[in-house]
Amino acid sequence: MSIIEIEDIRKPETSQNWINEKLFLGFTVKEYVKRLFTPFNMFAGLIVLIGAIFILERFIFGLDKITEASNEQPWGLLLGVGLFTGVPFSASGFVVGTAVYIFGLKKYRPVVKNAILLGFLGYLFAVVFLMIDLGRPWRIYYPMVISFGPASVMFLVAWHVSLYLTVQAFEFSPSAFDWLGLKKIRKWVLGMTIALTIAGIMLSTLHQSALGAMFLLAPGKLHPLWYTSYLPWLHLITAIAGGLVFVVVVSKLVLVFMKDRVEPSYRDNLDNITLGIGKATSFILFTYVGLRLSSIAYENAWGYINTPFGHWFLLEFMLFAALPFMFYYGVKIRNVGLVQFSALLTMVAIIINRLNISIIAFNWKLPGHELFFWKEGIVVLSVLTIEILVYRWIVNRMPVLSDETHV
Amino acid sequence: MPVVQLIHVKDVTDRQGVNNMTMSRRRFVKLGGALVAACIAGTTTASASQSFSGYPDRYGMLSDLTRCIGCRRCEAACNKAYNLPEPEIPFEDESVFEEKRKPYVADVQSYTAVNRYDVNGKPVYRKVQCMHCEEPACVSACFVSALKKSPEGPVTWDEKVCIGCRYCITACPFYVPAFEYSSTFSPKIQKCFMCYERIMDGIVPACAEACPVEAITFGKRSKLLKLARTRIWGEPDRYIDHVYGEKEVGGTGWMYISGVPFSQLGFPMDLGTIAYPEFTRDFLSLVNLTLVTWPAIFGGIYLMTKNREEITGEKPDEPETEGKV
Repeated sequence: MSIIEIEDIRKPETSQNWINEKLFLGFTVKEYVKRLFTPFNMFAGLIVLIGAIFILERFIFGLDKITEASNEQPWGLLLGVGLFTGVPFSASGFVVGTAVYIFGLKKYRPVVKNAILLGFLGYLFAVVFLMIDLGRPWRIYYPMVISFGPASVMFLVAWHVSLYLTVQAFEFSPSAFDWLGLKKIRKWVLGMTIALTIAGIMLSTLHQSALGAMFLLAPGKLHPLWYTSYLPWLHLITAIAGGLVFVVVVSKLVLVFMKDRVEPSYRDNLDNITLGIGKATSFILFTYVGLRLSSIAYENAWGYINTPFGHWFLLEFMLFAALPFMFYYGVKIRNVGLVQFSALLTMVAIIINRLNISIIAFNWKLPGHELFFWKEGIVVLSVLTIEILVYRWIVNRMPVLSDETHV
Repeated sequence: MPVVQLIHVKDVTDRQGVNNMTMSRRRFVKLGGALVAACIAGTTTASASQSFSGYPDRYGMLSDLTRCIGCRRCEAACNKAYNLPEPEIPFEDESVFEEKRKPYVADVQSYTAVNRYDVNGKPVYRKVQCMHCEEPACVSACFVSALKKSPEGPVTWDEKVCIGCRYCITACPFYVPAFEYSSTFSPKIQKCFMCYERIMDGIVPACAEACPVEAITFGKRSKLLKLARTRIWGEPDRYIDHVYGEKEVGGTGWMYISGVPFSQLGFPMDLGTIAYPEFTRDFLSLVNLTLVTWPAIFGGIYLMTKNREEITGEKPDEPETEGKV
């Protein structure tokens, strides 16, 4: 099954119509629609449709129709996946952006636009998830203008996510202006790159760690093997690794599924970039494993190891502990495939970690702890599918998978 | 946004020629802009309040569990005072005691519940409701300040600003706040408000007024604490020597005295005496520091890499637009 938006390769410059050229990849509307009926699109469309029905149900009849509606576990999959798991991978924009623009690592330039797009979409859809989950989503701007609660970690998260979403929109906009042929404004935005990147570092480091700090307020509820005062820093470190491995995994995927959109500069440098990121991730995860171990020691939570939750913790921990060695070995023997596989496994480890903290190991003492309602799972799946479709739509049109200098 | 404006000004005034002057005005202005943004963001995330000894003369409640007879008139009075819907099981029906209600059974139809515990063959009744902490976790969680600790003592909630994020529910160590999931357009946070309006009008909260055996006493917290100690001292055989809520989570507005250990009545015993806002205070205090330090570090590093290139005569390694037209 191919993920490409339409089956055929676009026709070169046949259409005189600007809209056809920009929106319909050079096809007429009729042709374009006809070509949209690929197996992948049909499947994706079905998921989105079912999800949309549930979302509609939520906005007509209330949140209890699609969630557990629990007063012990108020956050389910929508935030557990959409916010707490999605955002660490969206660190891609700030990590790669910093490497390229601040530290001047030319080597990573081919992937920087893709990394920024992935970051931008990650944040955008975190907000989408939030809008579905909030009790009164039409008040989402309240913490910015109406009423302030600066003593709350969530206040910091709200401000930083919204500011950073704006920053990322600016950071990504040159690719969009490129697509629209707006050269002047593109130049103007590119002039802000350094300022935007530094703003991105400030906002990202703080709110990535703040997502962990949010759970500092629930010491009795989060299992002692996960609750630690190091939570903010553990979250920040995994987010840095998460952003990097996300770039590796997505780069591999687009190379397989969207071959036509990959520019030579991107394709030819990807192996070296992957190995470079693998080396970095190996080191980052070593520090993570060290800090995670000392967090257990610091909180003196060893006593919980030989319990069902302890075994579950060990599984998560072993996965994280194995990863740095896999990356190290993969880079050493220059096996790009192994690094890519390790990157995928890192994503799995981070997903498990975030779901543990936000859902599975949360309220561990309560009897009959339900995880989530199946409809919520479908909604999450459907929103993620939309995210993939939007990503594909953009990549099909804008010069994302290329080194800037080649545009 | 000042960053945008500043950089706009700079970009218009500068052109190609300045490109080779490393620490040019444009770069300086650019970093300055980032710093301004940092300060703006910084002021909005001011850290939490410093150690707080509580509002003077705040009110509280004292539940004497040795007196409670489980008549549930407090529940009925609360229901009436807040115009809550009729309960499925009438207030006179003792079958409700078969399961433990609130906080472990999600329930937005009531603000309080009396549960029965069997201790050494004797029934002991415990009223559950918001504890009105001295420094509440929910208040420090609320990022729109909908939840507030009022100077009078009750923890209040402002429907006008609540956005329904439910962080208060996540944070509350007593599992008290409930969310009206079934409401699409005005879902409320529901919990006991210690009859804030009645207190402001000079009337005793409904439950305390309705209690036929004076198991619930309303008054200034400082005086209630003395009353609790007096009772324990006066009848050491009747009470255990513990005022629940005196120190738990930094002190609560609602306190309990009992004849049997609180651990046998479902009270959480592992909450500690640290006020919950303390758990995030350290983190929040780092915010401003980070916002100022990062631009210094990364702006500095950026300029160092630039400088190196100029000295060695390499082609500047930066986004293409940084200079070229």
